[in-house]
Amino acid sequence: MSAPLVVADAVSKRFTPRLSLGERLAVRLGSPVESRTVHAVDRVSLTIQKGEVLGLVGESGCGKSTLGRILTGILPPSEGHVLLDGRPIMTGGRRPAKIDRRIQMVFQNPFASLNPRMPIGKAISEGPIAHGLVRRDRATTYVADWLARVGLDADYAERYPHQFSGGQRQRIAVARALAMQPDVIVCDEPVASLDVSIQAQIINLFLELRRELALTMLFISHDLSVVKHLCDRVAVMYLGRIVEVAQAAALYAAPQHPYTRGLLDSIPKLRLDETPVTFYPIAGELPTPLAPPSGCHFHTRCPIAEERCRVTAPPLVQVGDRREAACLLVPATDARGYAVPSCMPGGPPAASPTPGLPLS
Amino acid sequence: MTGPLLEVRDLATHFFTRAGIVKAVDGISFTLHPGEVLGLVGESGSGKTVTGFSLLGLVDPPGRIVRGSIRFEGRELVGMHPIELRRMRGRRLAMVFQDPTTTLNPVLTIAEQMRLALTAHERLPEAALRKRCIEVLTIAGMPDAARRLDAYPHQFSGGMRQRVAIAIALLHRPPLIVADEPTTALDVSIQAQILTEMKSLVREMGTSLIWISHDLATVSSLADRIAVMYAGRIVEDGPTVAVLRNPRHPYTGGLLESLPAHTAPGRELAQIRGMTPSLLNLPQGCPFAPRCDRADAICGSAPDVVQAAGRSLRCHHPLQWVAA
Repeated sequence: MSAPLVVADAVSKRFTPRLSLGERLAVRLGSPVESRTVHAVDRVSLTIQKGEVLGLVGESGCGKSTLGRILTGILPPSEGHVLLDGRPIMTGGRRPAKIDRRIQMVFQNPFASLNPRMPIGKAISEGPIAHGLVRRDRATTYVADWLARVGLDADYAERYPHQFSGGQRQRIAVARALAMQPDVIVCDEPVASLDVSIQAQIINLFLELRRELALTMLFISHDLSVVKHLCDRVAVMYLGRIVEVAQAAALYAAPQHPYTRGLLDSIPKLRLDETPVTFYPIAGELPTPLAPPSGCHFHTRCPIAEERCRVTAPPLVQVGDRREAACLLVPATDARGYAVPSCMPGGPPAASPTPGLPLS
Repeated sequence: MTGPLLEVRDLATHFFTRAGIVKAVDGISFTLHPGEVLGLVGESGSGKTVTGFSLLGLVDPPGRIVRGSIRFEGRELVGMHPIELRRMRGRRLAMVFQDPTTTLNPVLTIAEQMRLALTAHERLPEAALRKRCIEVLTIAGMPDAARRLDAYPHQFSGGMRQRVAIAIALLHRPPLIVADEPTTALDVSIQAQILTEMKSLVREMGTSLIWISHDLATVSSLADRIAVMYAGRIVEDGPTVAVLRNPRHPYTGGLLESLPAHTAPGRELAQIRGMTPSLLNLPQGCPFAPRCDRADAICGSAPDVVQAAGRSLRCHHPLQWVAA
């Protein structure tokens, strides 16, 4: 296997709101001030192969959007770094800046991500002109090409965002990202704000672009059925950590981590016979990322948690062919499914009561 | 079986805006029996929310109900005096809205808001009042309700806020609850919890429910019957499983086929071409015709509602009937 195109190496992101004047005074006077640091992303390592579409799923507040922004180079990570083709995408130092245009992003809400006062043609050509990808006098045909590619009319270039529907705007946002000729695009919930009949159109657009341009993609979504349809591999995130990564088909067929299992069991499925639908929802609620639980973040809601889950944070270990999970109760195996001895550093104990439960 | 709880006939709600008349709801009819769950499905702008608002008499100017009738428990709601309607609302029919962060008053405790909703219709001693509040909160799936009664909405998560909203709707045990996209703003694991609770609630209390949603899968898990709306009209209506297994209207068929679950991963999805029409200038005749593969000259005239085998349909060229 060749070297991965994108590598996130132990990336963390913490957000700490600035203290108010009163709080700064209190600190100066020696009284403790409650920490409000949010651990949005907690030592996440990920790789994306060239031409691969990696899905990133999780519930709101799990840090998937923050991770996406770090991978795009919009947010500097607090720790760790992101490499594209072996080179960092951001400068170091006190004020990190993005230095690579080859990762671009498509945002969730096309009503907010397009400048309402800028004709869409200009929005698409601005970046490529600034980066010298196209000469200013050739910009019109360049824009027309990309508009055609996403299924829009070339003479729309003079129009403003408000003249388009949600689905069309998302096409424009995709064209804008692609016009930068990126190797990787990060899509943050690109179909979440669209109507069902329009969602299918945009999903088809991604499938088509992927086929034609051999795009490498990180596809962030809370919609597991969309991810299943579009992605080769899926990473599941919970409270800032990756809990499971696997090939899409394998993940959906036999989820290993109890959180993945719960998530898949929670999706309503179309009822096509008279049997009443029963859900097996995950109990409880998402803990606040201000004070994540100790040990395994999921232990407060996990149906099979044991005492040690409260204490030990499980590492992400291999649990089969090209799949990893972070659970003390899922036995580590090598690619052929043989157990890895527990004396291995970081490996969980060999005695594990939980076989990989198939989805019911 | 007793008579229907709710009978809507040819209901039309229009909005008279400066840009023109928006026919948000344009001649819909349906019937709801006691204890029945009706799923009202449609995309944004199809008129499903305005239908819910019309039932509760919550349509504000420039909108108004221009024709039709809503018979609820044998009484006509269209044209009913506002004071009388107010006596019904909350007590006989209640609504749960989409966004639980905006429907609760942020400066009042949960107890306060529930007290207001209760005392609007009945007088109760304080102890009985709290007891009732705790009771309905528990039914709505709020753990440790007694302690959390005196908290403010911002102290709750989105899922818990929606449970409070559902509890308020349950306070008077109304025979009918209209729920407008109540789980859309919530995460899937919380949505599954609330769907589970709604199912048992409907069964235990015998409440009729109109569940408005754009998500066919969510609706199918809950509803006995499904009504599919498009551009202000119900294009298809029938028992849930019958409609989903054997859609007759090309729009319903298209929606179902465009679901990712319907196609092998990585394959192109079936898609409905074009986009939803503007309600300001709807095409003459069938509003779906410009997007429909089966449309021809006859679709220039509006199709009549055809009823058969407990289903109704508005289409000149329905999809084939497949025997189950």
